[in-house]
Amino acid sequence: MRKIKEFVIEKLILLSGLASIFFVILIFLFLLKEGLALFKITSPFDFLFGKSWYPISEPPQLGILPLILGSLLVTVGAAVISVPIGVGCAVYIAEVAPLKIREVLKAGIELLAAIPSVVLGFIGMVTLVPLVKNVFHLPTGLTALSGSIMLAFMAMPTIVSIAEDALYSVPKTYKEGAFALGATHWQTIWRVMLPAASSGILAAVMLGIGRVIGETMAVMMITGNAAVIPHSILVPVRTLTATIAAEMGEAVVGSEHYFALFAIGIVLFVISFAINVTADLCLHKKQS
Amino acid sequence: MRQIFVLFAAFFLVTPVFAARDNNSVQVKGSDTMVNLGQAWAEKYMQENPGDFVAVTGGGSGTGFSSLISGTCDIAMASRNIKDKEIALAKQKGIDPNEIRVAMDGLAVVVNPANPVGRLTLDQLAQIFTGRITNWKEVGGENKKIVVLSREVNSGTHVYFKEHVLRKGDPNSKEEFTPGALLLSSSQAIADEVAGNPSAIGYYGMGYISPKQKPVMVAKDAASEYEAPTIENVVNGKYPISRPLFLYTNGQPQGLVKKFVDACLSKEGQEIVLQTDFVPINP
Repeated sequence: MRKIKEFVIEKLILLSGLASIFFVILIFLFLLKEGLALFKITSPFDFLFGKSWYPISEPPQLGILPLILGSLLVTVGAAVISVPIGVGCAVYIAEVAPLKIREVLKAGIELLAAIPSVVLGFIGMVTLVPLVKNVFHLPTGLTALSGSIMLAFMAMPTIVSIAEDALYSVPKTYKEGAFALGATHWQTIWRVMLPAASSGILAAVMLGIGRVIGETMAVMMITGNAAVIPHSILVPVRTLTATIAAEMGEAVVGSEHYFALFAIGIVLFVISFAINVTADLCLHKKQS
Repeated sequence: MRQIFVLFAAFFLVTPVFAARDNNSVQVKGSDTMVNLGQAWAEKYMQENPGDFVAVTGGGSGTGFSSLISGTCDIAMASRNIKDKEIALAKQKGIDPNEIRVAMDGLAVVVNPANPVGRLTLDQLAQIFTGRITNWKEVGGENKKIVVLSREVNSGTHVYFKEHVLRKGDPNSKEEFTPGALLLSSSQAIADEVAGNPSAIGYYGMGYISPKQKPVMVAKDAASEYEAPTIENVVNGKYPISRPLFLYTNGQPQGLVKKFVDACLSKEGQEIVLQTDFVPINP
């Protein structure tokens, strides 16, 4: 009787374990099936490098280069803002802050992670957008920069908590050794702790970026959604995610537009898959 | 475990209640422009017919047609005509879209009240929205870059404006919105951006005009009179950018759907049209 119970439970757990992989495969197959149908009509080259996105015209023009560049611009901008602040924050929490402040900071960062992105987007729309407009004397504040700043807030919690874990897991002996050799606190952090935790910090950065590139709601609300090839960070952009979210409702099932949106989904999937694999490789390098 | 069981039991007990309700409920979906109007009709209708249930949701005209075709709504609200492609798709699924004109709407072109430009011809509008005119001084305003605001592509207003202003009703025209146009997700978002941005220009249904935006007077061509987007000017046909609003049903309306559509077309229904800042079709 006990054996049977053990057996059943074991198999049930195995099933749960396999379920997530199974679902990922199903989702990916569905994406492929719907997205690849587009390439019967449009060539992959025209799709990836086409410069105009007019999905509902006759015939539709389905070039996503402006969308890819828009997503990349917003993501790079967010990384430039969030990585130095995030890593700095992690160093402070892990190495410098007294216990009480550390607890407060950690709670604060978790709270930041808990704010829904639509709320951040709304706050950005009423506070950040007019600010960006006035500071840079722009015709409109709905720009890639506004999106980058807001997304930096979203990437921060991920970067801080994982980078902080990486710093914690550096063996204590490294630090003690550095102090014993007469290094100052800052020298120890800069020359010993950060290099030793570098793979973990890199993973933190990659996961933060992964979060940013998949973000939809906040970007859609504050980047202006104009499908132009951006020539600076102070112009409106349209991202891959916002395009899917804004147009899915209109797309007639089975139309070119519909397939194109799924093909955008494949592009996004490939990008975030690559980012996650890189992050994973970094983490494994750390462990071995 | 027991709690989960109770939850499940509750769920199954409640489900039939919802299912039973389906028999006397009507799902209405589509044009964002018409959501307020649809809601007002539904409230009035439910007041007069207690027990019947009308649910109205937005999403855009295209969304309405998609759900009519996939059978998830009974009536689609639309601020544009159904496309041939959509009719073909509907026929495939055994749906026969039936068009009913229920009201008229004037599309207002709005700018910030601080903008000195107050009148434009249709041709100037087309050039602004296609990106050929990019500075306000070219139409008599200040030396400022024009920020073009448009609705997202799922909006019937977007499609109507493209076809009737940018392309001037010519089906062979290839004019498009300038790629630099900001696509905002709702009429309210456009109203807010125009209210806060002295160099912006946008468009939406007349109902959204408030003192925070200035509606532009529009003329058919340089020789015609400039007309303001008022209900009177839409009724007498003087205002050049006005459009019909539709309800689409599957085949001739029957039963509850017919009852609701008739209520919309009735005298009281058309009074609601006027109250929500649209124009009745038979005033």
